[in-house]
Amino acid sequence: MAAATLNAPGASFDEFLAAEEAKDLLRFTTAGSVDDGKSTMIGRLLYDSRNVFEDQLESVTKASAGRNAGPIDFSLLTDGLRAEREQGITIDVAYRYFATPKRKFIIADTPGHEQYTRNMVTGASTAELAIILVDARKGLLPQSRRHAYISSLLGLQHLVIAVNKMDLVDYDESVFNKIEADFRQFLSRFQSIEPYFIPISALAGDNVVVRRENTPWFHGATLLEHLESVPAGPRAEHAMFRLPVQRIVRPDLDFRGYAGQIASGAVRPGDPVTIIPSGRTTRVKSIVTFDGELNEARAPQSVTLTLEDEIDIVRGDLISSENAVPAVSRVFDSTVVWFDEQPLDPQKRYRLKHTSHQQWAEVKAIHYRLNINTLDHESADTLEMNAIGSLRIEAARPIYFDSYRRNRGTGNFILIDPVTNATVAAGMIAGAVEEVHAKPRDHAERLKSGPVTPGERTLRYGHRGAVIHLGNRVDLVERLERRLFDRGSTVLVLEKWSESWRGALKNAGLLVIVADGNSADFFLQTFDGDIARELNDLPDDDQQAVEIIYRLLERLQILLGTQSWSESAGI
Amino acid sequence: MLRLNHLQLLEAESIHIFREVAAECQRPVLLYSIGKDSSVLLRLAQKAFYPGPIPFPLLHIDTSFKFREMIEFRDRYTAELGLKLIVHTNRKALDDGAMPFAWGTQRCCGALKTQSLLDGLREGGFDAAIGGARRDEERSRAKERIFSFRDIKGQWNPRNQRPELWNLYNTRIDPGESLRVFPLSNWTELDIWQYIHVENIPIVPLYFAKERPMLVRGDSLISTEQPFIPRLPGEQPKMVRCRMRSLGCSPCTGAIYSDADTVPKIIEELFTMRRSERQNRVIDHDTDGSMELKKQEGYF
Repeated sequence: MAAATLNAPGASFDEFLAAEEAKDLLRFTTAGSVDDGKSTMIGRLLYDSRNVFEDQLESVTKASAGRNAGPIDFSLLTDGLRAEREQGITIDVAYRYFATPKRKFIIADTPGHEQYTRNMVTGASTAELAIILVDARKGLLPQSRRHAYISSLLGLQHLVIAVNKMDLVDYDESVFNKIEADFRQFLSRFQSIEPYFIPISALAGDNVVVRRENTPWFHGATLLEHLESVPAGPRAEHAMFRLPVQRIVRPDLDFRGYAGQIASGAVRPGDPVTIIPSGRTTRVKSIVTFDGELNEARAPQSVTLTLEDEIDIVRGDLISSENAVPAVSRVFDSTVVWFDEQPLDPQKRYRLKHTSHQQWAEVKAIHYRLNINTLDHESADTLEMNAIGSLRIEAARPIYFDSYRRNRGTGNFILIDPVTNATVAAGMIAGAVEEVHAKPRDHAERLKSGPVTPGERTLRYGHRGAVIHLGNRVDLVERLERRLFDRGSTVLVLEKWSESWRGALKNAGLLVIVADGNSADFFLQTFDGDIARELNDLPDDDQQAVEIIYRLLERLQILLGTQSWSESAGI
Repeated sequence: MLRLNHLQLLEAESIHIFREVAAECQRPVLLYSIGKDSSVLLRLAQKAFYPGPIPFPLLHIDTSFKFREMIEFRDRYTAELGLKLIVHTNRKALDDGAMPFAWGTQRCCGALKTQSLLDGLREGGFDAAIGGARRDEERSRAKERIFSFRDIKGQWNPRNQRPELWNLYNTRIDPGESLRVFPLSNWTELDIWQYIHVENIPIVPLYFAKERPMLVRGDSLISTEQPFIPRLPGEQPKMVRCRMRSLGCSPCTGAIYSDADTVPKIIEELFTMRRSERQNRVIDHDTDGSMELKKQEGYF
């Protein structure tokens, strides 16, 4: 904390405070192979920029005794958990925070084991810059290539190659030059950004924060100088406005707002916008915040918009700039990194989370698995943990997205295993597969492989077949039908019920709602008969009753394509 | 082009987290601990749901050993904001004589904080508990997720945490399991103070320097608010100008010598301070890595 100097000449403390509060923020990630000295480099960065507290230093100095890394083992400043302190390796992503007089930093520190690709992907997903450590004695290792490729895949704007342990090669310029040349040759094989190469010794402290005499042939900025000077923040050219709606804010009848974090671009009152997926257009009326209405908001601010027209919008919808709208498709191609110990199961349905919505999805094709060392495409039937592959994915309902290259915020997704609830994969969308072409071909394939199955119907409709008996509440039926229909469900309303229809309705997989003037039956039941629930305690208010039934359908996983969301602020 | 500063960026991220919890979890609760981080948490929650109300209750785990001024502040401020406050205390442990000196700090914390928290969450049927913990507070927290998964016993397993990518949070849990959610994960102590300054957020007066009666033991300043603090022979409290850097139970939270009686002075003090925040808390001194042990047992 002492890094900032208080005694800048002529500056009052108030001015100093204002400047402190106006600092920007750079998020970066670090990657290296085992024993490249990454923890030591971060420890050195924190220590030399005076971001280490005395008591932390005392505790580390005590622990450093007998560890063969000098009087202060800098790696102990960052290695967090007991297990890894005992093994001497980092096992997960750890986040570190420090500040200099110029800028604040968040470090996502990720381990370099070959099997931990997923950790680097996680760390890089929120970073703008990556530092890749290379051991000067070992040169370019397979892991270094992997880290560089992942940085490019995750769309980072800046890349730093820090050649460490220069003290162990006598600060030999030719060693550094050789590694730089090798690295540049590798980077030229895929779309990459211009890297910054720097020779350092984390242990001795050369060129991390302070420039030393040991590398007189190096004239570039030190690592910290470089981190302080690269542009931070979202890239300006990706200016299409995108706001995935997280919540409908409706505290009273007079106010209806749409809350979310702006994924890209900027918005001003009066701007014309298109609501996706409905395609309705309107204008932004106001940008509402706790601190008053704004004249402009931009990514990544969290705001609430009100619109000129009353449009039915739900969580998961997207407010887009009027003309530059995102792609809309159920089928898309993507690059996926597999995270789970259970390999990808192409027969299984996964939960897809993208922006603020969740739904079911299936893998339609594995185009290839990437060999990260050679960058070759290999054919594959599955993806194992830490594998990177290209997948065609089909979602139950259309999703609206931009390619990840153009827009990080609307081009990413995760897959969740519906049984273990584990996050099993991270994906970056390459582009849509044209629906009009995709449908007939899929259809033809399925005809060949036999009759339509209940599972296929469920995936298409986004719900299982069930019957909901609502006694004599005809108005409630109408409202529930509207609510379900608007979410894309296939609903059938009946004025009376006959058991003789059950078989046919079961095959059709529909959601059936029944209200009979003479009935007092309130319950729901799946046609498969595995789920049945009484609905005796529904409130008199129809709208409230609709919400309760709707959520129950979600909770029982009869509605599959949607997720729980609370429309009113009162939960 | 307008650039967002670090506080605006952190605020935007925290608001997004709050809204995700409210949208995806069935019964969230905000764990309110009365300290400065909780004050910031409340302000961010207000912002996330404005112009609507905060859509979940507050839960305070009261050990009964909190500073008087904390409880006064809690009752006044939550009433002022019109929030629903649930206070939970492990009465049984207190009846059994739980207190830090007779039981030892670890065991006392285990009963009055950890167990009490788990009981409070279970009794309320809460599936998501939003807390003010920050990753910069302690080494074992550096790896904590923003949405942290707890098993059916409320326990944390560092090897069984879900990867978190971009701003996509996996909130799926089975019945009985729960999530702890930390919207302030990426904030530092300094960020918190700067935000309190910029936003003019009310905090407990114990954070500000004042003459207070204290037992002075080496570098430690111990409050005499609880009558059961054992005295050394002939020991008398002295009036010391001091303040609290973090708030907890009065017998186990050390004060620091300080003249900082305004928020800017506290920030100025932080820039010259050479000790980390939790160092004043007695609870972290039991064993190296003790926070990690507490977390695995279910402590926040």
